[in-house]
Amino acid sequence: MRSQVVLRVVAKLLIPFILVFALYVQFHGDYGPGGGFQAGVIIAAAVIFYALIFGLPTAKRLVPEWLVETMVALGVLIYAGVGVEGLLLGGNFLDYFVLSHNPVSGQHIGIFLVEVGVCITVSGVMLMIFYLFAGRKRGWHSER
Amino acid sequence: MMVATALAIARLRNLFAVVVLGSLYSFLMATVLVVLDAVDVAMTEASVGAGISTVLLLGTLYLTKSEEAQPTHRPLLPLLVALVTGGLLVYGMLGLPEFGEADSVIHRHVVPRYLEQGVTETGVPNIVTAVLASYRGYDTLGETTVIFTAGVGVILLLRRWRRDATGKDDDAEGGRP
Repeated sequence: MRSQVVLRVVAKLLIPFILVFALYVQFHGDYGPGGGFQAGVIIAAAVIFYALIFGLPTAKRLVPEWLVETMVALGVLIYAGVGVEGLLLGGNFLDYFVLSHNPVSGQHIGIFLVEVGVCITVSGVMLMIFYLFAGRKRGWHSER
Repeated sequence: MMVATALAIARLRNLFAVVVLGSLYSFLMATVLVVLDAVDVAMTEASVGAGISTVLLLGTLYLTKSEEAQPTHRPLLPLLVALVTGGLLVYGMLGLPEFGEADSVIHRHVVPRYLEQGVTETGVPNIVTAVLASYRGYDTLGETTVIFTAGVGVILLLRRWRRDATGKDDDAEGGRP
């Protein structure tokens, strides 16, 4: 699909807005609808869109596979790390009140970090599944 | 419209059309969820159900045939099982409290506390986010771990297969009949 000028121009126009919208959904999740899961899916969708238009190798140069793999684990680690941080600071597991002097801002920090973790894992997993599916060759029956 | 879409999905043999109709079904479902004021869930449904899973299914279709095989047996028994299960679910639904009833059981346990003190305790106006990330933090951690496990499973299953295949392609390309 590299030769389709319309598609390429539209993709170049749209993808930045998709990414900005994902960030909006991520960081505005406290006040409006949205949050880590939705933002992660939207980020993954933007990269998949890019891969569909410009080809899988180009997308893998932009977002290499090792980075995606790291993201899959990193998100869960961030989430669990927030929990352990609460333990170390003398609270319960996943207790956000101890993260800051002010309990409310502690909650803010905790929810923010947890949502970041969810976002990273979700977008990593979605991208990984897409990469693995799209990277495979056609099955046996088409070779006959 | 949703019933028509579901019937079309069941009737059609062309899997490409089925995937597109599945995406349409997800969008209709998202609309229903918006009508029910569950904007967060609607957003997830639209992005995951209609977006990502459609792309993944199309990718799978590229790997396999795009025509569904003819069934080898009569669909009467599965139809009967589906009808009985559906009937039981509808029968169970009759015992549920009215939709939106304020003093049903689930609305009297912890919900008033979350709704009344959620904003002052967490400082987060979106109550869905507050419950999801703070009060029910353990559950969300579990969900994230489930997603992580799914990703790791896909990596384990598909990655090795692909590496073997490319290795064989390099070595045994000429030897294949």
